[in-house]
Amino acid sequence: MEIDPFIFRLSIFILSIFIGYYVVWSVTPSLHTPLMSVTNAISSVIIVGAIIAGLAGNSENIFNISSIFGFLAIALAAINIFGGFLVTQRMLAMYKKKKKG
Amino acid sequence: MMSANLSAIFYLISGVLFILALRGLSSPETSRQGNFFGILGMIIAITVTFLSVGNFSSGFVYVLIFLLIGGLIGAFIAYKIPMTAMPELVAGFHSLVGLAAVFVAIAAFLNPEAFNLGTQGDIKLGSLIEMSIGAAVGAITFSGSIIAFLKLQGIMSGSPITFKGQHPLNALILISIVVVTYLLCSTQSSNLFWILLAISFLIGFLLIIPIGGADMPVVISMLNSYSGWAAAGIGFTLENTALIITGALVGSSGAILSYIMCKGMNRSFFNVILGGFGATEQSTKSENKEQKPVKNGNAEDAAFLMKNASSVIIVPGYGMAVAQAQHALREMVDTLKKNDIKVTYAIHPVAGRMPGHMNVLLAEANVPYDEVFELEEINNDFANTDVAFVIGANDVTNPIAKTDPQSPIYGMPVLDVEKCKSVLFVKRSLSPGYAGIDNDLFYRENTLMLFADAKKMTEDITKNL
Repeated sequence: MEIDPFIFRLSIFILSIFIGYYVVWSVTPSLHTPLMSVTNAISSVIIVGAIIAGLAGNSENIFNISSIFGFLAIALAAINIFGGFLVTQRMLAMYKKKKKG
Repeated sequence: MMSANLSAIFYLISGVLFILALRGLSSPETSRQGNFFGILGMIIAITVTFLSVGNFSSGFVYVLIFLLIGGLIGAFIAYKIPMTAMPELVAGFHSLVGLAAVFVAIAAFLNPEAFNLGTQGDIKLGSLIEMSIGAAVGAITFSGSIIAFLKLQGIMSGSPITFKGQHPLNALILISIVVVTYLLCSTQSSNLFWILLAISFLIGFLLIIPIGGADMPVVISMLNSYSGWAAAGIGFTLENTALIITGALVGSSGAILSYIMCKGMNRSFFNVILGGFGATEQSTKSENKEQKPVKNGNAEDAAFLMKNASSVIIVPGYGMAVAQAQHALREMVDTLKKNDIKVTYAIHPVAGRMPGHMNVLLAEANVPYDEVFELEEINNDFANTDVAFVIGANDVTNPIAKTDPQSPIYGMPVLDVEKCKSVLFVKRSLSPGYAGIDNDLFYRENTLMLFADAKKMTEDITKNL
């Protein structure tokens, strides 16, 4: 009997939760704010779904209801991606070690 | 057009890069590289999506236009936002992730062919369940984050909004979400899909309004977690590994942060989300305390104490950020260090309005991160320290949390500042903190109260050093 592909995805999901658990516990508390802004940015990888929806229209019908929602989602996710990564970078650039001497 | 197998491998790579992005945050030195991995993962995911759809003729230009519009807005916000407003920004970003998840679910529901999920009115059952979960959690994330944003921004009052029958109502709505999802999956009716979205928006709103402004660190972390689960739900629908991995990472990250925040306040997660804190326990005991004597000092006294100290620990709180005193504080510390006084910073887990907020504010004021310590690292040092300088913090220093089982904050981990030889406490007035509890520290023998604006007082002390 064949295994449903859903089971494989579920396995990836469960294992990723465990990876997330251990990786996040190792994040130093002083970087918890950048952690939140970067998780914000990466969860916007949801943009892949938005792009598929946006590209789904054919040439006579670029703007159907489905693709319009796709386009809007692209814009929202893009705000998050650019905003999230850039603000994280801005914060991380401020963390400096003590100057010696 | 890229083969499905090849694109799946690239999505896996981008998922791994996202793991490395979080891994990098284990220390400030590796964090910048981690962020770079994250960006790389995102670029791979987006490029692969374009290549695997391969339809560059029609919608492609519009996809780029919307990408660019969003990107410009995001970049603009990222450069303009002041560091004190990070909690609002993150709450705002969460709402966008939630809404994007909702929109993607709507797009997939209306045009399932494009996603290989069957045809409209006959969507594969598994996909429909995943889609409904993604959409519902996304909607809850959206409306919940909007309320959190409004409360943090001060547009909406931070005090908890409670009414009779609140919990039964919420429970009823949550049950109806499950029922509607079940009916939706058995009938494929689009009306039920819209109803599901509407009640999910409503419950997100209702879940956050009873939570007080001071509990926002927990709320933000919780919504962070929700946004991850929403992404994972959509990831299952789209059969996309990058999205599933990311959703799981973000979901567990937010859950851990919520746990850390709850522990920092010694409260259970349910106690926080059921809300109403501060409204019920506030008026417990504020009698006769006002008559107690308080030692009142000025900038000269403070400067004198610190000049003669060999070690000083700074305890900053959100009040410091409100008064914009972090730069003035750094200047004061620079002056102290020139006089060969050892200065460190002690940060409580729930200082600030979100996890790690105080660290960012200090980093912005050019305080080196290796002078900043967490509660467990530094709490034993107070006993061997000459002066504790409490600026903008209150409840997190209250010794009553260790001694009075009647107190609402009893059991909360606090900084042992009273063990220092002397405590300088900068505060505007004797008013209690957000928990509405009188701070025992004010009346201690070794405490000198400095009643003034935090920024002005710090500047005055620097002048007197």
